[in-house]
Amino acid sequence: MTLRACSIALLAVLVAAGPALAPAPVVAQGKDVFIPLLVYRTGPFAPSGIPIANGFVDYFTLLNERDGGVNGVKITWEECETQYDTKQGVECYERLKGRGAALVNPYSTGITYQLIPKAPVDKVPVFSMGYGMSASSDGRWFPWVFNFPTNYWSQASAVIRYIGTQEGGLEKLKGKKIVHVFHNSPYGKEANPTLEELSRKYQFELTLLPVDTPGQEQKSTWLQVRKLNPDWIFMSGWGVMNQVAVKEAAAIGFKMDHFIGNWWSSSDADVVPAGDGAKGYKGATFHAPGTNFKVHSEIVKHVYDKGKGAGKKEEMGSPLYNRGVVNAMFSAEAIRTAMKGAKGQAPTPEQMRWGFENLNLTEKRLEEIGMKGFTHPIKVTCEDHEGSGPVLIEQWDGKKWNIVSDWIQPMKDVVRPKIETAAVDEAKKLGYSQRDCGKEK
Amino acid sequence: MIYREAGQFKTSYASDQAIFPIVQDKWVVAAGVVAAFVAVPLVANEYWLQAVLIPFLIYSMAAIGLNLLTGYAGQLSLGTGGFMAVGGYAAFKLTTAFPWLNIVVVFALAGVIAALVGLVFGVPSLRIKGFYLAVATLAAQFFLIWLFNKVAWFTNYASSGTITAPPRTVAGVMVTGPLATAGARYVAALGLVMLGALVAKNLVRGRIGRSWMAIRDRDIAAEIIGVRPLRTKLLAFGISSFYCGVAGAEYVFLYLGSAETLAFDIGLSFLVLFMVIIGGLGSILGSFLGAAFIVLVPIFLTNVPHMLHLPLPVALQKQIELMVFGGLIIFFLIVEPHGLARLWQIAKEKLRLWPFPH
Repeated sequence: MTLRACSIALLAVLVAAGPALAPAPVVAQGKDVFIPLLVYRTGPFAPSGIPIANGFVDYFTLLNERDGGVNGVKITWEECETQYDTKQGVECYERLKGRGAALVNPYSTGITYQLIPKAPVDKVPVFSMGYGMSASSDGRWFPWVFNFPTNYWSQASAVIRYIGTQEGGLEKLKGKKIVHVFHNSPYGKEANPTLEELSRKYQFELTLLPVDTPGQEQKSTWLQVRKLNPDWIFMSGWGVMNQVAVKEAAAIGFKMDHFIGNWWSSSDADVVPAGDGAKGYKGATFHAPGTNFKVHSEIVKHVYDKGKGAGKKEEMGSPLYNRGVVNAMFSAEAIRTAMKGAKGQAPTPEQMRWGFENLNLTEKRLEEIGMKGFTHPIKVTCEDHEGSGPVLIEQWDGKKWNIVSDWIQPMKDVVRPKIETAAVDEAKKLGYSQRDCGKEK
Repeated sequence: MIYREAGQFKTSYASDQAIFPIVQDKWVVAAGVVAAFVAVPLVANEYWLQAVLIPFLIYSMAAIGLNLLTGYAGQLSLGTGGFMAVGGYAAFKLTTAFPWLNIVVVFALAGVIAALVGLVFGVPSLRIKGFYLAVATLAAQFFLIWLFNKVAWFTNYASSGTITAPPRTVAGVMVTGPLATAGARYVAALGLVMLGALVAKNLVRGRIGRSWMAIRDRDIAAEIIGVRPLRTKLLAFGISSFYCGVAGAEYVFLYLGSAETLAFDIGLSFLVLFMVIIGGLGSILGSFLGAAFIVLVPIFLTNVPHMLHLPLPVALQKQIELMVFGGLIIFFLIVEPHGLARLWQIAKEKLRLWPFPH
């Protein structure tokens, strides 16, 4: 057989084997809670994707190992590699949703936008924790989408409030120059409308500087920053853009403690490459960094000591690892709420949605699960899928991140009306109608 | 045995010029089309339609477009993603401005707008050739993406810069928007690509296609025998961009549902170019084969460990997939540099003689 004949045969086999590639058979629902995990452990964003995925998996392993799951129902999951690519993410979702997905964490704004219209059709709640579409915070229009504990708009307003307190009061912001350096994509642009509104309200000078993806080349942006000589910089960056920006800021001698990244711009990978220059760089977050919490010692005891850890023990406690843990915890608590105390049975999709919507995570509950002080209590309602959770500011000291602020409340009076207007716009595009929350119980 | 052509006589010019001159081919293709329209939507599940077949059909459309330009007219283009973006954004602007307009008409108009943009960016092709032209079309790619990112008018001032396909119906059936079933979107994409392929096949068999090939094979000789280079090249750019524009509109409306400029980045241009090269330059069938190869093989490779119940970590799976995929591309290009279409041609010639090869 010649090589050419071989290749024809190979093609024929590929074509014939095609129908066999249909996704795995549907697993009977009811026994376990199944969660599809869209992860990106390869590709250009892998340094961010790996710790998130590890934190996620470790917390679920902890629940299964220590408590036998949630209320006696085991949690199962399957990872699917997206490379942070929207099309691959949607392929993953389509493949895994047939297995009775209880919820989906898209872990990319692009994938979230794709899944939002699918959520009510497939009856899979979308939990985009602190990312995705800010307008989906209005639960009256988007019953199947949740983005608590807080969204990009609330975050931006909390950062402005923080800057105000540093300057000695919000009225002192008048005439100050604030620059927003952002990833030129839907994700990066999210905070702009809120910042523009706040700049009108508090009369600071806002300059918006976009950085085109991926952001390896930012010389012109930082030349502009140098010319402007702003008082503060806020950054919504992602991936390689962050480390380049931190390096460039250090190179032009910008005061690093006046440079604040959002919660996707403040992980170890963003500051380490800049070395000592990154010292003092700040970031916003909604959970603490580090491993000084009971939940971490439990993970070590029940997961890593049994050799079931997803990553390395030393890598625990980085901001993104902890974000994975928090995300898994919110998901698990929503599952628990959805069960309403019933043991041994996985919730139906409607119950799952109800569980998210009625999640009430109290201080007491946080203490029970070993997360006191790790994150803030949160209450989700039918109207408010965001919870307007407060924000912390953390600072890099050259070795690790430290919390340097109290919990900062977002400016709900500014953000909420904007969300409601935006929700109407976004929902209209999809042909949705508003539901009456008074009737829901 | 399979191809027994004894008794098939061509008694008229029309039968001699048929697209499928062999009766068996005609029947197989007809059965295939019927199966694609009727059986597939009934049998296939949503995963198959949404993740495999719809992207395959849309990429086929784009690959036909690029094949007309690069394969037939010989003008190398790296602007496919940009022209597809023009189609996607034009369709979005048109259907939001004129909601009563039938979505099929919107797709066609989006194609026309993309064709006009393609004409503009095709003008340099008269003076520059080969790799230099590729660079000029690369400029189109970057300029168009930058434009859609920069000017908020194109996204109707959406704060996120994302365009979303609104719900639209054709003959009472929802084909775009979140409530459109995958089956309806599949049939819409299939109908458009069938029509597109038929028109393209006839174009390349006629005067226009012959003048394109003349320009491709030697432009000076073509000019001497009376083919006007400017008009021919621009026509190639225009028609190619029309196909890419329609594909771009389908890409947003039938496949993704919502899109940002990142969906049309340079990676998409290269992807379509690879489809054309692997499928076969200068072949309509090759556009389909190339699209199938690029779309199906990675999904097939992703699913192999599941079928064999191999508990591999996902990161490793992905890396193996990329290596095997790359290896397959190199293998097929070494074995048959003229693409999969040529392989099919050889296989068919063998089948016509089988089982008595002389």
